[in-house]
Amino acid sequence: MAAPVQRRNLVGEAVLLTVICLFCVFPFYWMVTTSLKTQVVALQSPPVWVFTPTLANYWEVLFVDKVGPALVNSIIVAVCTTGLAVLLGTPAAYALARFEFRGKTDLWFWFITNRFVSPVVLAFPVFLISRELGLRDTHLALILMYLTFTLPIVIWICTDQFRSIPRELDEAALLEGASQFRIFRSICLPLAMPGVAVSAILSFIFSWNELLFAYILAPKNAKTAPAMAVTFMEGYDVPYGKIMATSTLIVVPVLIFALLASKHLVRGLTMGAVK
Amino acid sequence: MTTRVRRRTIAAFLGPAVAALALVGIAPLLYAVWKSLHYFNLTKLAQERYVGLDNYAAVLTDAVFWQAMGRTATLFAIAVPVQIALGLTIALVLHRPGLTFWKTLTRLSLVLPMATTYAVVGLLAQVMLNQKYGVFNQMLGWVGIDAINFIGDPTNAFIAVILWDIWQWTPFVALVLLAGLSTVPPEIEEAATLETRSNWTVLRFVQLPYLVPSLVAVLILRTADTLKLFDMPFTMTRGGPGAATEFIAVLIERVGNRQFDIGMAAAQSIIMLALTIVLARLYIRLFYREVR
Repeated sequence: MAAPVQRRNLVGEAVLLTVICLFCVFPFYWMVTTSLKTQVVALQSPPVWVFTPTLANYWEVLFVDKVGPALVNSIIVAVCTTGLAVLLGTPAAYALARFEFRGKTDLWFWFITNRFVSPVVLAFPVFLISRELGLRDTHLALILMYLTFTLPIVIWICTDQFRSIPRELDEAALLEGASQFRIFRSICLPLAMPGVAVSAILSFIFSWNELLFAYILAPKNAKTAPAMAVTFMEGYDVPYGKIMATSTLIVVPVLIFALLASKHLVRGLTMGAVK
Repeated sequence: MTTRVRRRTIAAFLGPAVAALALVGIAPLLYAVWKSLHYFNLTKLAQERYVGLDNYAAVLTDAVFWQAMGRTATLFAIAVPVQIALGLTIALVLHRPGLTFWKTLTRLSLVLPMATTYAVVGLLAQVMLNQKYGVFNQMLGWVGIDAINFIGDPTNAFIAVILWDIWQWTPFVALVLLAGLSTVPPEIEEAATLETRSNWTVLRFVQLPYLVPSLVAVLILRTADTLKLFDMPFTMTRGGPGAATEFIAVLIERVGNRQFDIGMAAAQSIIMLALTIVLARLYIRLFYREVR
């Protein structure tokens, strides 16, 4: 008697799971297919599902509409800010994991608090300051501002990772006469590589996705790809195919990284409160 | 046992990170506080002057500001309960044994929406929800509903933002709750399922107590992220039509970047920051007890 009931449950469950998958994936399917449509096909009403695909939109956005340079800007900014965050963040994380000192918890809380601060709070003062310093519309301004979210993420994830490395290793090395820095550099950092990699991937994703700082601080030369996509919406004749081609180019790299770090994305977004 | 180290060593390890974060995170904030005490408009620089707390008084009595706050609160009040209800359902299904391959696949696809560039999510909405060319309206047509003007009509645009927020963040809520469910000791769960056939009873009396931390995390983070919400409504509707989807961050961007009134935008953002810090403190107090 029990078996058929269970089988029916499983079928129901499988259907539900399929619905959930479709719910998540369908917009991406539509994005990619629209990017392969010519403007004439894209503006058919009702929308068509079967058509002859063309790569013309990609060709046009990459080489005519300067999405290519914007993608390069995005890569430069995301890679540099990630590198800088790892460089500055890993020693700090090590110190938080290993040393005892006054004000440690306050410092820790301050790092986490950055997760909550809206970029719109910082964007205008930074806009004014960067104008004064001649940093407006440079990669450097964006790289530095992105540290406000990449550095906390690196520090948080790496602190956790360093804590999981047995202290006995440090103590043995200390007895051998190694300096604290040497212990960090040659013993703990290599062991903490999985955490460093995860935090780097998350930093890259969050920097790559950022719009507000980029939109306000880098209007032209350092314009990143998301800010570029926004400008397509200005004007009367909305080029659907081109917008979706640009969107696809922006989203595909992040999705690949997100799948690579899928287990840790939620941990990153919650700053580790949820394991 | 803790390693005893000299102060200078600690400073060398922490100094660079602290200095960098102070430079990009705190210095601009102090500058914003300073500017918020001035009349400062980029198009009328000659009129710059110290006005004390006038900007704050203006913001706090400004109907537009409170309407934007109200819209932000409404979005939260509608979207988050739906996200929790759907997310919990998804989490419970994924938590049940069996169909492992399907479930791995589902878990992977759940990661996609929350990782997607928020600006692109807004653009996707433009394309999919268009009254004439949008696939969403085509699907509504299949079930006999007339095409809806999502982007052009104030109420519908607001609904569209809610729907899109639900699409992007339900998976996040589901995965957070799934992580919460995995903290229920399996023996207790098994014992309970032997005792009762009702899934509801198991949920209410066995799983729910373990889910409380995840639910609180979801509530606080969703509040903070709703206050931050800018990219998606901005690329989708630019806050329009009228001010129908002008959430708080979109309003501040308009005042600062399109009306050039940076003194006022600074005052608005400082008020928002105060709210955010309360949230952050709450979150930290609840979730980081072990580091104290």
